[in-house]
Amino acid sequence: MTRARLFLPLSAFAALAVFLYLGFTLRDPHLLPSALLDKPFPDFDLPLLGANGKRATRSSLTGEVRLVNVWATWCPTCLAEHGELLGIGARTGLSIVGVNYKDDAAKAVDWLARYGDPYDFNVVDANGDLGVELGVYGAPETFLVDADGFIRYKHVGAVTAAVWREKLEPAIQSLDTP
Amino acid sequence: MKRYAAPWLLIGLAACLGASAIDGFDLPDAETAARYQRLIAEFRCPKCLNESLASSGAPIAEDLRRAVRRLIEEGGSDDSIRAYLQERYGNFVLYDPPFTPATWLLWLSPLVLAGVALVILIWAARRRPAASLTVAERERAERLLQNAE
Repeated sequence: MTRARLFLPLSAFAALAVFLYLGFTLRDPHLLPSALLDKPFPDFDLPLLGANGKRATRSSLTGEVRLVNVWATWCPTCLAEHGELLGIGARTGLSIVGVNYKDDAAKAVDWLARYGDPYDFNVVDANGDLGVELGVYGAPETFLVDADGFIRYKHVGAVTAAVWREKLEPAIQSLDTP
Repeated sequence: MKRYAAPWLLIGLAACLGASAIDGFDLPDAETAARYQRLIAEFRCPKCLNESLASSGAPIAEDLRRAVRRLIEEGGSDDSIRAYLQERYGNFVLYDPPFTPATWLLWLSPLVLAGVALVILIWAARRRPAASLTVAERERAERLLQNAE
């Protein structure tokens, strides 16, 4: 009995170590799952950026597969991913739609003129209401929306070459072969 | 001392006015306002991890407070408001996490620990008689104590 008891601290330590190790393997709780996956893109009715009061709705998104990219001029990571978005647009001809999130419209227009414009069009989500509908908690976030307007994939953070190659491109290919 | 009171009172008053501009939110009645306050205290701000929607100054928390307020005004029930936020921001925003495969260990750990404690208690209680002194040992111990005096 006494001898077995000597191993108590060691087994307690082992149990703790296993727990902590599992803690490391868990997904970052900050990377929230989007329960909106495979659900329709939320309804919206918002002005288009730099289009003199013209508006866009959910039906503006349907018809083809698109990336919907939530961005803002106040977001440095958005600038970091901008080159990749321009590259994706130029290489693949994939439609990219911007959601200009909680931003100043004039600044956003200047920003696109300065750094290039990968977007087919931008909707202006000035107060973040569409962001809430989309479960956005920061920019940039990028949604893959199929031709029927359903959300098929969500990426939080910058779209890099690796993200495109390993996540977005395979997700788009899996859309073509249902 | 007294002559310094007036400016401080003014500052205090201004602080209250400022606070009500953020939180009062001119809801129609006290009951709705209380319900709003209770609900926003119930959700975790998705961006700031350790603050509720009520306490966080993050812009996203402000947006979500506005969403909660809108849902209240549209006549949504507490459960429908919880479901709305959970659908968009995951279980993560609920400070009261549901029972799922990822959380059952957490939920059941108090029961398991209580069980372990009970087993140890029973084991220790059973051992005790063996540890107590026999009549002969007790007499010897008393003799020794008397000799020591």
